Amino acid sequence: MFQSLGKYILLLRLSFKKPEKFSVYWGEVMREMVSVGIGSLGIISIISLFIGAATTIQVAFQLSSPLVPRSIAGSISRDSNILEFSPTISSLVLAGRVGSNFASNIGTMRVTEQIDALEIMGVNAPGYLISPKILASITMIPLLVIISICLGITGGYIACLITGTITPADYLMGVNDGFDGLTVRVALVKAFVFGFIIASICSYQGFYTKGGALEVGQSATAGVVYSCVWILFADLMITSLML
Amino acid sequence: MIEIKDIYKTFGDNDVLKGITATFQTGKNNLIIGGSGSGKTTLLKCIVGLHEPTKGQVFFEDQNFTDMDFTERVPIRTQIGMLFQNSALFDSMTVEENIMFPLNLFTNQSKSEKQERANFCLERVNLKDKNKLYPAELSGGMKKRVGIARALSMQPKFLFVDEPNSGLDPKTSILIDDLIQELTTEYDMTTVVVTHDMNSVMGIGDHIIFLHQGQKWWEGSNKEIAHTDNKELNDFVFASKFMQAAKEKL
Repeated sequence: MFQSLGKYILLLRLSFKKPEKFSVYWGEVMREMVSVGIGSLGIISIISLFIGAATTIQVAFQLSSPLVPRSIAGSISRDSNILEFSPTISSLVLAGRVGSNFASNIGTMRVTEQIDALEIMGVNAPGYLISPKILASITMIPLLVIISICLGITGGYIACLITGTITPADYLMGVNDGFDGLTVRVALVKAFVFGFIIASICSYQGFYTKGGALEVGQSATAGVVYSCVWILFADLMITSLML
Repeated sequence: MIEIKDIYKTFGDNDVLKGITATFQTGKNNLIIGGSGSGKTTLLKCIVGLHEPTKGQVFFEDQNFTDMDFTERVPIRTQIGMLFQNSALFDSMTVEENIMFPLNLFTNQSKSEKQERANFCLERVNLKDKNKLYPAELSGGMKKRVGIARALSMQPKFLFVDEPNSGLDPKTSILIDDLIQELTTEYDMTTVVVTHDMNSVMGIGDHIIFLHQGQKWWEGSNKEIAHTDNKELNDFVFASKFMQAAKEKL
């Protein structure tokens, strides 16, 4: 375990060495940003809308007491979306979509000697392959989380319109009531950290792939599993430190 | 010229290379031959720095490559071209982008200059008009030729080729061998080819090193190989009945 941790830290250090040519690396960063950001927008939108809707209905069901104002369901749904569902669930999904792509992409390059070809040319392979992925993830995943929060709250509103569990007016009143900006800051810190975890761990797994196609698949699986575990651990740490 | 001195390479308890010393001359095709598992590819990877030798040193024109760190090696690496066994073309890039990649990173040429160079390299390997294709759209022989074109793009002094004929039909194999020989002479490069293809050995082997059980077992030229009395080398080169018959005629 300590050997793996040491290799991981050394790989990260190599990833952030001075690039051979900034313009070439910048192009890679832009390409990865499109892949991570635009490529994940569809799945994040669908998940956020449905989770937002389901959360609102469930909270309204659990608080169906004449002593509790109906608008409270909007407040709870909003905070749940901002603090937990949007950053954490989205990141777990992104670990599957983006992380497995990173690991299999780099793993395939390793087993087909493309990484050796980079090194022969004198290119710092970790820098060229991993740093653009990390930079793209730590910038695009927070943006995706902001979109996810908006769509989650919208999903709750749509659920109110369709099911009538609570009135849309009550829901909107709850969403606006007692909003604390700290929750958004916590969500963005989580998204930044989760983005780093996904990109670095999956790239690490891909970079040290040995063997052939079977091992590339195993690296992608390992990358996703380790990323998910570390996301949940980091979620707990950030929540306990910031709230 | 490349010199390797007393190269050892060990993986765990497995001694793959056991003290190999050799000199590869400029303008010649230097072949490293041997059976499977004899350490040919490991030796090649030790020379180019993909593996660090357990012991021993590699000199590129009297510069000690082994003792250099990654940054110090970059100027020498930009003079190295390498063709990999499976070509190792970048899947996400077109043929032209593959060839321009090292130029993008290590030169300040304009886009048109880089395209001109890429076209020249492609023409040199007889692959004109294939610029916009992706590696997945090429045949095995074409991939090898694009690999050679990419290796040539930086006008290298040293060309390394790992199993150039693997997976190719005999006619394409001869084409690739001829191309390697022509380019070595034309650009006065030091070329090192790892192979176990007997056509290559007989066709382009100006200088041959035979590895057996991780050691240099024999050294000579393709003219000398037919008359050697080295048992292991004879067993390897003349394993087939066809080659035995050819030897008798010699």
